[in-house]
Amino acid sequence: MNTETINILKKKATPAKFPDGVVYTCLSTPLIKQIALSLKVSIRDLEITALAENIIPERYVRNMRMLSTTDQQMLLKAHVCIIGLGGLGGTVVEVLARMGVGTLTLIDGDTFEDHNLNRQLLATEETLGVSKAEIACLRVNAINSSVTVHCHDQYLDNSNADALMKACDVAVDCLDNIPARFILEKAAKQLNIPLVAAAVAGITGHVTTIFPQDDGLKQIYGNSENIRPKGAETILGCLAHAVMVIASLECTEVMKIILQTGSLLRNKLMLVDLTDYTIECLEL
Amino acid sequence: MKTYITIKLFATLKKYLPASAEHHPIKSGVTVGELLNELQIPASLTKLIFINGKKGDSTSVLNGGDRVGIFPPVGGG
Repeated sequence: MNTETINILKKKATPAKFPDGVVYTCLSTPLIKQIALSLKVSIRDLEITALAENIIPERYVRNMRMLSTTDQQMLLKAHVCIIGLGGLGGTVVEVLARMGVGTLTLIDGDTFEDHNLNRQLLATEETLGVSKAEIACLRVNAINSSVTVHCHDQYLDNSNADALMKACDVAVDCLDNIPARFILEKAAKQLNIPLVAAAVAGITGHVTTIFPQDDGLKQIYGNSENIRPKGAETILGCLAHAVMVIASLECTEVMKIILQTGSLLRNKLMLVDLTDYTIECLEL
Repeated sequence: MKTYITIKLFATLKKYLPASAEHHPIKSGVTVGELLNELQIPASLTKLIFINGKKGDSTSVLNGGDRVGIFPPVGGG
């Protein structure tokens, strides 16, 4: 962005205070959108420029005690691919859009059905029968218009995976069957990007992060040749609170990968069983 | 000589949990596979076996004080 843009941002920015009285400089969401429109630049680029000048887009202000302005810029510059837009995916989309991950690629060929309503954030009575990818895209736009969304109303398979996931920095497994997870893992490895993988049954689940050189899913499910497509969820179903806990743990991993901070669940499996609040990080 | 282990079974495997799970007697040197037989848990449901927080398998040998965790395949979302 040029000096003129920076000067406009500085001129329009106003002082504000955190709840504890610390002063910061900010721009409101409507004002950022208005400036972006008049300067014919993207909202995301404008937010990144503002953050670089220590001007905080007001929508991220409650992030800014835990994240630096540099961290928020890194999130805005990141591109995350979410595969599966049901229980896990709906929550992951919601969280990453609010967090300010700048580009989201959303992949799912399914439509919403009645039995999704118990747990899938994007499933409402109005969206029954409608494409999950289309609704996810509308949701992101409604939450955060600085996020660019690439929406694919199709299932991931071996023939389309590379093209759909190209240019992503991180992939998030929000799928509902085991063979599709192996297809996703293969694609993520080929594209040399990390994969955050999770699965749920009943009120238990697990989360891990797989880098291209890691053993990954075969450590969890055994070899892909002799696995059953579904697991314990066919008997237990999936409950909303457990799905959202596991999805939130996936988002934690995504944020740590993008910001290169904290410890990851690499070669580790976090097991969660809400029956007795078991949370264990196991070595794979 | 009898020694004791702790057994934790997850999700659909909970129904196989013995009453003595917190203090389950074993013969020292028994394998996980032998324990699964004793508990009548089908091998196809036991892909993830953990002993003291580390991944093991059906051939892993158990000793007194071990914590054994077994998770069935889970694929939902």
